[in-house]
Amino acid sequence: MVQFSDEQLKKVQEIVARYPDGKQKSALIPVLHLAQETFGGWLSAETMDYVASLLKLEPIEVYEVATFYSMYNLKPVGRYIFEVCQTGPCMVKGSDDIIDYIKSTLGIGVGETTSDGLFTLKTVECLGACGYAPMMQLGKHYREHLTKEKVDGIIAELRAKAAN
Amino acid sequence: MGRKLLLEKAHVEGIRTYEVYRREGGYASVEKALKSMSPDQVTEEVKKSGLRGRGGAGFPAGMKWSFLAKPEGVPRYLVCNADESEPGTFKDRYLMEFIPHLLIEGLIVASYALGSERTYIYIRGEYAWIVDILEQAIAEANQAGFLGKNILGTGFNCQIYVQRGAGAYICGEETALLESLEGKRGNPRIKPPFPAVKGLWDCPTVVNNVETLAAVVPIINIGGEEYAKIGVGKSTGTKLISACGNINKPGVYEIDMTISVEEFIYSDEYCGGIPNGKRLKACIPGGSSVPILPANLLLKTAKGEQRMMNYESLADGGFATGSMMGSGGFIVLDEDQCVVRNTLTLARFYRHESCGQCSPCREGTGWMEKILKNIETGKGKKSDIDLLWDIQRKIEGNTICPLGDAAAWPVAAAIRHFRDEFEWHVNNPVESQHRNFGLAHYADPLPVPVTA
Repeated sequence: MVQFSDEQLKKVQEIVARYPDGKQKSALIPVLHLAQETFGGWLSAETMDYVASLLKLEPIEVYEVATFYSMYNLKPVGRYIFEVCQTGPCMVKGSDDIIDYIKSTLGIGVGETTSDGLFTLKTVECLGACGYAPMMQLGKHYREHLTKEKVDGIIAELRAKAAN
Repeated sequence: MGRKLLLEKAHVEGIRTYEVYRREGGYASVEKALKSMSPDQVTEEVKKSGLRGRGGAGFPAGMKWSFLAKPEGVPRYLVCNADESEPGTFKDRYLMEFIPHLLIEGLIVASYALGSERTYIYIRGEYAWIVDILEQAIAEANQAGFLGKNILGTGFNCQIYVQRGAGAYICGEETALLESLEGKRGNPRIKPPFPAVKGLWDCPTVVNNVETLAAVVPIINIGGEEYAKIGVGKSTGTKLISACGNINKPGVYEIDMTISVEEFIYSDEYCGGIPNGKRLKACIPGGSSVPILPANLLLKTAKGEQRMMNYESLADGGFATGSMMGSGGFIVLDEDQCVVRNTLTLARFYRHESCGQCSPCREGTGWMEKILKNIETGKGKKSDIDLLWDIQRKIEGNTICPLGDAAAWPVAAAIRHFRDEFEWHVNNPVESQHRNFGLAHYADPLPVPVTA
């Protein structure tokens, strides 16, 4: 069952308190981030219904937001998501080669997850790192100035982390 | 070396902390504004400074503030637009990451001027680590008494909250941003009413870009008139430019808008020239939405004058032969780059980011991407180029928000200036798959009109 911990529920209350009384719908986007982090990296219908009940919203109000924003995953994803930027400035600096390299190294296509459930590859549009291209988002942080060697290093680092 | 007002202290060790920021003279503008000026006087200084919105539109900030409706008993809000998502633009990120207190300081002064007791920073969701940096700075400012209740004993109450978005370029448009902040899809609102009258939760609201709000600090410190003396004409003060693409030194630069485009690209103080001895082919000087210019029109205007890095000069010649300062996202392309391919990635970007509310944009961006993809992959027809032109014309001006224009302009400018490259792709479907069109005549000297 989908349920936040007491500590997380306190965090939800803190978020709601940022807005004037009765405007708790504004907490939806931050609370969906929290839910995605907590419940396996994606938003299931059950998770979205839970968020709706927490914020006293209709489920449809949650669905329409969750389906609009690109950072919410609506199906299961790997433990680590490589989100590689492919917009103009990154393309100029070789992002296509990086995407191809990740595809062949991990043996997956864009939008797919490795069979061990560790890695998902996504392509994304401009993340505001154009001067440090090519780049990817990995969790909370950016990995920039990517090269094939750097990608190898990141994969090895994450495999080691997952093994521990 | 130009004068720096925003990033001068960005590299002082520990400047992210309140202690060091304060020691370096930080929060002086809050003391000055709250203790010796009325809110209207603060707005007046910003008006005098000539500061133009740094998000892209370049609308005078002081004038925007003066439009704010002030009905009795209704809360007013200031919202900082930190949704920075325009391809080529990463200046706000730099400012928030390296000198977060500058933004917080500017926000407090602006909140005082506008009467906002709850102020929000709406930051793009991907900048997740910057949320922590800003929240730390806000906590420190609270501790030091610059935020919270009865700030500096003046009776002014203010709190700043950081709201993370979740991945949507459209939320950089101010009414879409407000929708998102209300917990909805980022569909832009029809204007009027403007946010100044009916904004966040239907209350009067001002939305300003990060850099605009940070610039309020030096304006209050040195005075609006002094600030207006920096720069040239209606391009007052300093501007952050984020430079990327084929240059030796990509990064964020603060310029005072009196330098030439040529100096900006080739001087070691800024971009440091183009790597590997390559030549300049084209440049998108103000973020992906503004018209791309070939080298010859970038460095000199159609009148043969040197083009400068400021609002007026970059726009000289209108869209026929000029471009825009936009958000300051400066993308340089060398002779090896393919304009068709570059335009395709931008068209894909706008198709991906269209909110889907208006049909010309929702459908048109998809068609433009498909046609460009055909041309790029050697499947294009000659009539496709005219069809592309026709589609972009039908999007521009026919949508609720400027995303439609932003999607149309890059395609229009690419065809306007690089039509022969598009035709070459269509006429040489095989060859175009393994080599680029190259520099062609794009860097040739422009014919200068003879004057009597």
